Amino acid sequence: MIPLSWYLILAAALFSIGLYGVLARKNAVAILMGVELMLNAVNINLVAFWRYLDLQTVAGQAFALMVFAVAAAEVAVGLALFIAVYRRRGTVAADEIDLMKW
Amino acid sequence: MTVEQFVFLVMAVVTLGAALMVVTERRVIHAALWLILALFGVAGLYVLLNAGFFAVVQVVVYIGAIAILFIFAAMLTRKAMQDVGPQVNAGWPAAALIGGVVFVALAWMLSHWAQFTALPPAFADDTPTLTQLGVALVSPDAYVIPFEIASVLLVAAMVGALYAAWGKKK
Repeated sequence: MIPLSWYLILAAALFSIGLYGVLARKNAVAILMGVELMLNAVNINLVAFWRYLDLQTVAGQAFALMVFAVAAAEVAVGLALFIAVYRRRGTVAADEIDLMKW
Repeated sequence: MTVEQFVFLVMAVVTLGAALMVVTERRVIHAALWLILALFGVAGLYVLLNAGFFAVVQVVVYIGAIAILFIFAAMLTRKAMQDVGPQVNAGWPAAALIGGVVFVALAWMLSHWAQFTALPPAFADDTPTLTQLGVALVSPDAYVIPFEIASVLLVAAMVGALYAAWGKKK
């Protein structure tokens, strides 16, 4: 029997690692990878809460499926944007994409 | 320690180790490959959580589609960074501090929650099956509206991605 706490701590650690990746990486593609890690941590939490606390309904699983759909949409648009930026400016380093910086 | 706990610990070490490599690896292609390993670890956790459907969706959607998109994007933008020089920005110590503080804060908050150490309930006869999840997703008194909005979102994202990445004919 695995207590719920193990999953929650694991998801918190995965979320923090992803957060570090988003904040620290220079390459915009790598930043999106950090976002993916954070979304995965959220999904672990949703499925774990469904399994441990809410087994009689399908709400947790339905929510997790929505997160999957949003993650797929986010990656498709994000990577397309970075490829467009790369074509125009020749870089995907986040600190060089500062056209809209006031 | 039961077999289940041992498998969990192996999955956790694989997932967290691969995730750490994703955020620290200098070469973006290698980071994408580590991301695949981390996603596999999460799929294993879904199996442990009796959510086999999500393990399959994780492999098909995340590893089959999203990770491949990452590899394509990393290859298409490869010349930009040349994989030399620092791959983290000047503020990375602050980023590491924020990550650590968030983890400690989440762990502290969760540990004060009454059901933190809850054990999984046994499956009963009336436990919803995968069929009922599918029915709930298209049932008007359940989740049909979020489901349809997610579909519209995916179509909009696809059109938007095509528009953004389309090469301008000069």
